[in-house]
Amino acid sequence: MKTKICLSNVGKTFRMHLREGIELPVVDNVSFAVAEGECVILGGPSGSGKSSVLKMIYGNYRCPKGQILITDGEEIINVAQAAPRRIIRLRDNTIGYVSQFLRAIPRVPALRLVADPLIAQGVSEEEALAQARVLLTRLNVPERLWQLPPATFSGGEQQRVNIARGFIAHYPILLLDEPTASLDAKNRAVVVELVEEKKKKGVAMLGILHDHEARDQIADRIIDVTQFKAAA
Amino acid sequence: MQTSEMTQTTADASEDLPLLRVSSATKYYGDRIGCKDVNFELYPGEVLAIVGESGSGKTTLLNCLSTRLAPTSGVIEYRNRQGAMRNLYQMSEAERRMLMRTDWGFVHQHASDGLRMSVSAGANVGERLMAVGARHYGDIRSTAIDWLDRVEIAEDRIDDDPRAFSGGMRQRLQIARNLVTNPRLVFMDEPTGGLDVSVQARLLDLIRGLVSDLGLSVIIVTHDLAVARLLSDRTLVMRRGHVIETGLTDQVLDDPQEAYTQLLVSSILQP
Ligand SMILES: Nc1ncnc2c1ncn2[C@@H]1O[C@H](COP(=O)(O)OP(=O)(O)OP(=O)(O)O)[C@@H](O)[C@H]1O
Ligand SMILES: Nc1ncnc2c1ncn2[C@@H]1O[C@H](COP(=O)(O)OP(=O)(O)OP(=O)(O)O)[C@@H](O)[C@H]1O
Ligand SMILES: [Mg+2]
Ligand SMILES: [Mg+2]
Repeated sequence: MKTKICLSNVGKTFRMHLREGIELPVVDNVSFAVAEGECVILGGPSGSGKSSVLKMIYGNYRCPKGQILITDGEEIINVAQAAPRRIIRLRDNTIGYVSQFLRAIPRVPALRLVADPLIAQGVSEEEALAQARVLLTRLNVPERLWQLPPATFSGGEQQRVNIARGFIAHYPILLLDEPTASLDAKNRAVVVELVEEKKKKGVAMLGILHDHEARDQIADRIIDVTQFKAAA
Repeated sequence: MQTSEMTQTTADASEDLPLLRVSSATKYYGDRIGCKDVNFELYPGEVLAIVGESGSGKTTLLNCLSTRLAPTSGVIEYRNRQGAMRNLYQMSEAERRMLMRTDWGFVHQHASDGLRMSVSAGANVGERLMAVGARHYGDIRSTAIDWLDRVEIAEDRIDDDPRAFSGGMRQRLQIARNLVTNPRLVFMDEPTGGLDVSVQARLLDLIRGLVSDLGLSVIIVTHDLAVARLLSDRTLVMRRGHVIETGLTDQVLDDPQEAYTQLLVSSILQP
């Protein structure tokens, strides 16, 4: 099995200039790897740095220490050092990220928002919209909402739009930050199915999932991030 | 799985070439710093936001880049359509004017600075086409109508002059006037400044759509971090004439490193 994500000795400290420059060490010496077709879950209590690790892999947080290697086709890219436009290219083609919250874009309808990542990967608009309809249907987002911008949707509806948006495209790597947090049992089950389908396609997944039932269903391994606790 | 299984590939042969290269760009107004020692490269299709408080040098920098204001020192180079990197301030005046007319657009905060207020909307758009050699009246008019439509201005307003337009419409007209010549690089200085929030949202959405459809490279000055978030790939943060922080826009906004950037980000609710 091919390694898709590999962290070695990653460390992160936040420096809070507005609070007398105090330093907040979050994690240190984070080392682990995720292979294709594998779903690895990061465990640990609130504030232990799970989301920070995902965000560093996505290039959303800076990675000041260590290496974050990502397999991108024939290339291996170190996100910790990569140029911004290289990271953008990774995000277009290689790494998908499903966060807990949808960032709505003014005036863009839900259906289009979901289809966008697939269009960005070169799929025709018609085909992308068709797939978006399928996913929104599976996730039980009422059809009357599809043409509306999601800014006014309920938390759970927004999250399902977000999940559809995250799962629609073909990313070899998928990062999931509590994708089921505000979903009911029925929709959680859909997410579990979606993850299983991605696994079969060889997608490497790294996620955070508090819901134990869903976690037991999809996790191949659980990595406790408290083992990477940074010395204060 | 061993960490050593993966070794980083360094060279990336598929990297394309920068469209604009800025080296040590500096502008003094007498003793006062306008902008100092600015360095960056802009690649085709990239949207770069320049943010910072009032007086930090954003407009000064933008004007230096767009040849509207000669820098005191430093080099600004632009890759022309033939692929050659040209020093903007070593070009002839005629060559530079041609760039401004064809390859570049400039969207001003005040539409009245970018439009001719006394001629019709159609002529405002058509004029730019004529400047690049279009001569056929029917073609010019139909292209103008097409562009007015793309910026959501109804065809029956084509003969009105922009004085009769609302602020948002004027701004959309200014965008049409700039984009009609298919520029490769567009400079924008606070394009949504001074507009109502709902008008801003519509304009931003329009800009976002056009930038991605046309694959434009854009340098946009804004003090509104939400605008930077929505439109840009990368952000430069300026303070007192200096670029103090740069990076992917979401990185700069979500994980700001400098004290000043942290202050900027914390002073708004959710950028
Ligand atoms: N951008 C930031 N700036 C400053 N501190 C941050 C930032 N992001 C996270 N932190 C801090 O880093 C620590 C780890 O946060 P993180 O969100 O990674 O935890 P988590 O394990 O995902 O927690 P939860 O389970 O509650 O989501 C927390 O103390 C948090 O306050
Ligand atoms: N023509 C000028 N003559 C003298 N000083 C100038 C001139 N234009 C700008 N300055 C000064 O240069 C500095 C940078 O100004 P600039 O207009 O570039 O700021 P800005 O970041 O665009 O601000 P704003 O957000 O208010 O538009 C300021 O201190 C300003 O007073
Ligand atoms: Mg978290
Ligand atoms: Mg200004």
